[in-house]
Amino acid sequence: MMNDRENAFHIVAYCCHYCAYAAADLAGVLRLRYPAEIKIVELPCTGRIDAREILLTLEHGADGVMIAGCLEGDCHFQDGNINARRRIERLKQTLSEIGMDPGRIEMYNLSSAQGNRFAEVATEMTERIIELGPSPFRTMVRIEDAVESNP
Amino acid sequence: MIVAEQKPLEEIKSLIADYQNVLVVGCGTCVTVCFAGGEKEAGILASSLRMATKLDGNTKQVDHLVVQRQCEWEYIDPIKEQVDKADIVLSIGCGIGVQALVERFPDAIVVPGLNTTFLGLPTEQGIWEERCAACGECILGLTGGICPIARCAKQLLNGPCGGSQNGMCEINPDTPCAWQLIYDKLESQGRLELIMEIFPSKDWSNSRDGGPRKITREDLRLAAEETE
Ligand code: SF4
Ligand code: SF4
Repeated sequence: MMNDRENAFHIVAYCCHYCAYAAADLAGVLRLRYPAEIKIVELPCTGRIDAREILLTLEHGADGVMIAGCLEGDCHFQDGNINARRRIERLKQTLSEIGMDPGRIEMYNLSSAQGNRFAEVATEMTERIIELGPSPFRTMVRIEDAVESNP
Repeated sequence: MIVAEQKPLEEIKSLIADYQNVLVVGCGTCVTVCFAGGEKEAGILASSLRMATKLDGNTKQVDHLVVQRQCEWEYIDPIKEQVDKADIVLSIGCGIGVQALVERFPDAIVVPGLNTTFLGLPTEQGIWEERCAACGECILGLTGGICPIARCAKQLLNGPCGGSQNGMCEINPDTPCAWQLIYDKLESQGRLELIMEIFPSKDWSNSRDGGPRKITREDLRLAAEETE
């Protein structure tokens, strides 16, 4: 029988340091609730995100991936978030080619002051992923092992 | 550089359908800088194939590696062991890389993961454009440095044709007319008299029409390799 830990959904949220991560932090400070399925990975900028990294995250069994950066026009590194948006669009096509629902990845933009917006998109993404069901790759590698083998 | 792009995943899947252990081999030169067959693309393709074949209910083992240059023996010889272990090699080098693997590893089954498309350059990041057709007898010296073989849809030597409209080629309103470019360049340099020169028919035997081409430089050959 699977225990709750194995049953739980895992959504990896790649958040940029200057906006989305700060917004998540603010959500915590404001004691706003957001789903425990969201596992945050801090990035210097969403422009740092690499398609291969997201693909490996999914291959290693994450049920969904959200990428959260600054509002467009407000990127700390000028246009990292716009580059990220284009890469995510292409990656969605790759996911379709693979035969996976492209809705398992999504890009969001928010400012560091939007703690409530962070809680909102985290909830929205979690609801979407639960609706899509568990990832078909969950059994390939347990996420804890994947984290260990890909530090 | 040689510019290529990845084949659709569906086509790649059908090329490897009958084999279990797949080795994706990328190349660190031209196809790396056109983002089609480098380390990153090899990783993405290998991951995509593992996922796609698992979803199809026929999980394959897909590994990847990248050689610095897939079109030279000395760079591909070191991967012999991995090639021997694989059931099929999926090369994401250009067509030359694919054939180099075929020639060097006679028992290996090698298939292409890219469509090798043209010789060109990135005119801006993310955009590549054709510039040369390797015709074997370069005429850039007479055309202001703009190639009508690669850039004129009709490969005209005495253009432009009647389809040149406002500087654009009749095949596509986004494609500049090569002969308009040549005219403008020569005019801006005060060398317009060059355009009055009539090109006689070109000797296409130096190009593909003469069959596969080969260059031999005796001064560079190694005594040990002169077998014939
Ligand atoms: S004239 Fe021939 S060799 Fe010169 S750029 Fe054009 S195709 Fe290439
Ligand atoms: S319009 Fe210009 S580029 Fe196009 S076919 Fe005619 S001469 Fe060549």
